[in-house]
Amino acid sequence: MRRNQVAVVGAAETTELGVIPNASQLQLHADAALNAIADAGLKLSDIDGFATAVETPQQVCHYLGIKPTWVDGTSVGGCSFMLHVRHAAAAIEAGLCKTVLITHAESGKSMIGKLPRSIPADSLQGQFEAPYGVYGPPSMFPIPVLRFMKTYGITHEQLASVAVVQREWAAKNPRAMMKDPITVADVLNSRMIAYPFRLLQCCLVTDGGGALILTSADRAKDFPRKPVYIMGTGESVETPMVSQMETFNSSRAFKVAGPLAFKEAGIAHKDVDHLMIYDAFAHLPLFGLGDLGFMPHEETGQFIADGNTRPGGKLPLNTNGGGLSYMHSGMYGMYALQESVRQMRGIAPAQVPNAKISVCHGVGGMFAASGTIVFTNER
Amino acid sequence: MAEPQHARPKPTPETQHFWDGAKAGELRLQRCDACAHVYFPPRPFCPSCASRKVSVFKASGKGFLYSYVINHRPAAPGFTPPYAIAVVELAEGPRMMSNIIDCPQTPEALELDMKLEVAFEALDDKITLPVFRPAKG
Repeated sequence: MRRNQVAVVGAAETTELGVIPNASQLQLHADAALNAIADAGLKLSDIDGFATAVETPQQVCHYLGIKPTWVDGTSVGGCSFMLHVRHAAAAIEAGLCKTVLITHAESGKSMIGKLPRSIPADSLQGQFEAPYGVYGPPSMFPIPVLRFMKTYGITHEQLASVAVVQREWAAKNPRAMMKDPITVADVLNSRMIAYPFRLLQCCLVTDGGGALILTSADRAKDFPRKPVYIMGTGESVETPMVSQMETFNSSRAFKVAGPLAFKEAGIAHKDVDHLMIYDAFAHLPLFGLGDLGFMPHEETGQFIADGNTRPGGKLPLNTNGGGLSYMHSGMYGMYALQESVRQMRGIAPAQVPNAKISVCHGVGGMFAASGTIVFTNER
Repeated sequence: MAEPQHARPKPTPETQHFWDGAKAGELRLQRCDACAHVYFPPRPFCPSCASRKVSVFKASGKGFLYSYVINHRPAAPGFTPPYAIAVVELAEGPRMMSNIIDCPQTPEALELDMKLEVAFEALDDKITLPVFRPAKG
């Protein structure tokens, strides 16, 4: 795909984030969509392309009253929205539609109007993972961690520092759920969830949503907000079964999606001013830094523990506080994208000064899928 | 209301041989007749070379502990925390999720790379689960 031909011209989260007991999941989609449309200065009738995950496009389009000529219901977990951005950019370039709305919402905490997630007993997961006592992401996503630690010499303290550093960022974000400072000792003394991970190394469970609006870069200059251009994109999937990953020393999906996006953008790692790596659990930033090629995996733990990703550090990472401290409704990728867009617009609560290139990397399922978007505010 | 039960696998035509094997006390894998690739989970073709000529064979049942978590909460129905959810690398190459029996469910006892051997636990009269225990000797 050609770089900087499509731009984000509208971006917003739901009016409330956190615990939202007065709205269904579908209404949260609408709330985010209406906020993004207002942000872009558009009307609903201007939207001719639509993408969402978990909920079907027909469900959300009907509720909003949208009549699209292009839809994408790609649903590969929390990075689905990175894939939507990539697919929407291609569709706009191909002339299939002009103005795409992407929505995410999840009533992850309040569970109002939330579709059930179940594993059929005759699926491969139902036959070859569920019988061994897996029960939700905390019991599955950290399974690779001990092997990763042994291979690369990563310590428990380094993995705890991920949560500490992200809390520093969250403290600068008024909308973050968790803002009180924490220490490595606090993390290592928090309640055990699934060894080696404790409560503060696992994402929050919240309600919320977000929406993006994309159009061609040529049209984008006429919109009220500073355009944020899609510079490069990548995507891949590996396996829905964490036990069947090729290796626990890296994520194959990360290693495909990340480098694709860098190549398409034509950038080197030193060009990256701002980085988001979807952190459902504390090991993901380490996998991401290694698999995206920022440094050898061996160095990732020390890099974070040394403060390189904290406010004022040389590689600002997860500047909203991440899934560990900002919010996590279940499919966090949309909130990572929102933070990248805020940083590129120059309006983030913890703004990285003069940031020009932001890399936003998402995971879906337990390393099942991946999507990477490189944004820039210069065409 | 009955207690929520331990998740029970429901075999499909492609996996029936695996579950029949477990019930008979055999860990069954598949090998490609064309390229010799050994793979898991079961399917009637080779995921490496796409040949449909594949054979079922009895695996050695030997392997080592590749990685694990010790799950504290929330616990799956039928499990008493803390319990380890492990991934075992089999001597023949494939990995599979499993539980480790006859071993304290602690980080000290569960050493990565420890040698394991298969054992079988009957869930009911239809389904037997392959699990692993520390290898003897």
